[in-house]
Amino acid sequence: MRDVFVQRLQAIAEQDARVTLITGDLGFGVLDKFAKALPAQYLNAGVAEQNMTGLATGLALEGRVVFTYSIANFPTLRCLEQIRNDACYHNAAVKVVAIGGGFSYGALGISHHATEDIAILRALPDITVLVPGCDWEAEQATAALVAAPGTAYLRLDKSSAGNTGRPGETFTIGAWRRVREGDVLTVIASGGILGVALQAADLLAQEGIALRVVSAHTIKPLDTASIGEAARDTGGILTLEEHTLDGGLGSAVAEACLDYGWQPKRFGRLGLVAGFSSIVGSQEYLRSRYGLDTPAVVQGVRDLLAGRRVRAGVAAS
Amino acid sequence: MTAAPMDTRALAARIRLHAVRMTSAGGSSHVASALSMADILAVLYGHVLRVDPAQPRWPDRDRVILSKGHAGAGMYAALAERGFFPLEKLKTHYQDGSDLSGHVSHKGIPGVELSTGSLGHGLSVAAGMALACKADGRPSRVYTILSDGECDEGSIWEAVMFASHHKLDRLVAVVDYNKIQSLDLVANTLALEPFADKWRAFGWHVIEVDGHDHAQLTAALGGVPVHAGKPTVVLCHTTKGKGVSFMENTVLWHYRTARGAEFDAAIAELEGAAR
Repeated sequence: MRDVFVQRLQAIAEQDARVTLITGDLGFGVLDKFAKALPAQYLNAGVAEQNMTGLATGLALEGRVVFTYSIANFPTLRCLEQIRNDACYHNAAVKVVAIGGGFSYGALGISHHATEDIAILRALPDITVLVPGCDWEAEQATAALVAAPGTAYLRLDKSSAGNTGRPGETFTIGAWRRVREGDVLTVIASGGILGVALQAADLLAQEGIALRVVSAHTIKPLDTASIGEAARDTGGILTLEEHTLDGGLGSAVAEACLDYGWQPKRFGRLGLVAGFSSIVGSQEYLRSRYGLDTPAVVQGVRDLLAGRRVRAGVAAS
Repeated sequence: MTAAPMDTRALAARIRLHAVRMTSAGGSSHVASALSMADILAVLYGHVLRVDPAQPRWPDRDRVILSKGHAGAGMYAALAERGFFPLEKLKTHYQDGSDLSGHVSHKGIPGVELSTGSLGHGLSVAAGMALACKADGRPSRVYTILSDGECDEGSIWEAVMFASHHKLDRLVAVVDYNKIQSLDLVANTLALEPFADKWRAFGWHVIEVDGHDHAQLTAALGGVPVHAGKPTVVLCHTTKGKGVSFMENTVLWHYRTARGAEFDAAIAELEGAAR
């Protein structure tokens, strides 16, 4: 996702001089082409995320569309107040990009586990929060964010569900995508873990269990219409996210169901049970360890269909 | 555009009167912080700035960010006096339903470039504006008014490094150096001295002035850019609470609100000075 983001951003920036990319001294080897091709639209702000976000706001208030770029929690939590007060309150065109969502940098330790960012960022007013699930969505989201006014957060992770875009399909911020049709149950997934949902759907399809799989690439604004359709028209909802269950996608979906008075026939959330993972490992390993891999999703679906509560992941250790 | 210079001494006196009235009517804090920088604001808005209240977003304007947003009453007073909005509106400051918040806010208030209130934000945003103006070839200068206590924030020094690295010579940090912060003297809290040397070491051109001397302020603030390729900091040695004798140089009046006899005495003293 990272590479398609940078490539697409460069292609757009070549045509649009407003587009500016600022890195917080990360992106080794990844940003070189952009930097070389568009030196006037590229800046390394150094290891100083608060200043990076503030100056991005200043540039945005002068008409630029500014992408700030770093990994894990650095461009978000480290400078959260600059995002809130400076960027969001001024509706400044600051697009915060974090690569390394979830356990993308799982082996690097808890400082690099971006597992609360969505909950925290979606709580801010006047922000768009995008969590693409595949390369196609990441590319489309990049273009959509340049076109959209105001502040946004783009969370990219190392994994990707590949390329789920269909020929001629358009991407719209806030309009979730059905990437599998089915009505036995709806799995709503955000981020690269969408690929896990699709694998689970493939396995269950062999047993005649047709899952609807929805890519929740936008967390804010929430696509409540899609949630309502899943609640009404399918056998229930299972949410899936590589993120804490406290306040993320699953929380947002649950809130919408109660707010609108929709009662899904079955409901469950798969995500991280709050806690730090002092255990490290690859993204794949940590997903398995914390109940977010394909067998866990299959089990979650079986549990819901059998009327059992979904075991919501495993507490981090 | 630049209007004919105003009488900056008279303007400073009016800003002080407004600040005391506004903070007393609303029951808000930080009156001494507003009094401290009244001369800086008066020289900027009365003489130095190229701004046009009829076109607050004029692209070639000079920009001002009040990074020490807690002194918002003074900023609002200066903007109203300069004609950005009616003086009458100042009466709503800090009142229920008002958009004139205690810490400065831009929404619905012409002339406010940036909402602030959390310290350590203004210089970074100002640096971004200065960088854009430089790239766009604008003559604009970008001023940001910092408090001394605010320089405890690490983000200030991130921005200080950034501005000199990028040679933002139309960026001006104006420090209201009144030597008192929220709970105690700066020297007893986190010592800033040798303050000027710190800025110099970070690559800035440093000017030190008496922050209540209008001739010195006019020369320093109006002379930017001074040193090609270097941002300028104007360290304004000021007296917290300046203009109201019993508020001067006290920690107490960072938070205290003038009421009753104290309010009457403050107004009488300021009106006396304004005549």
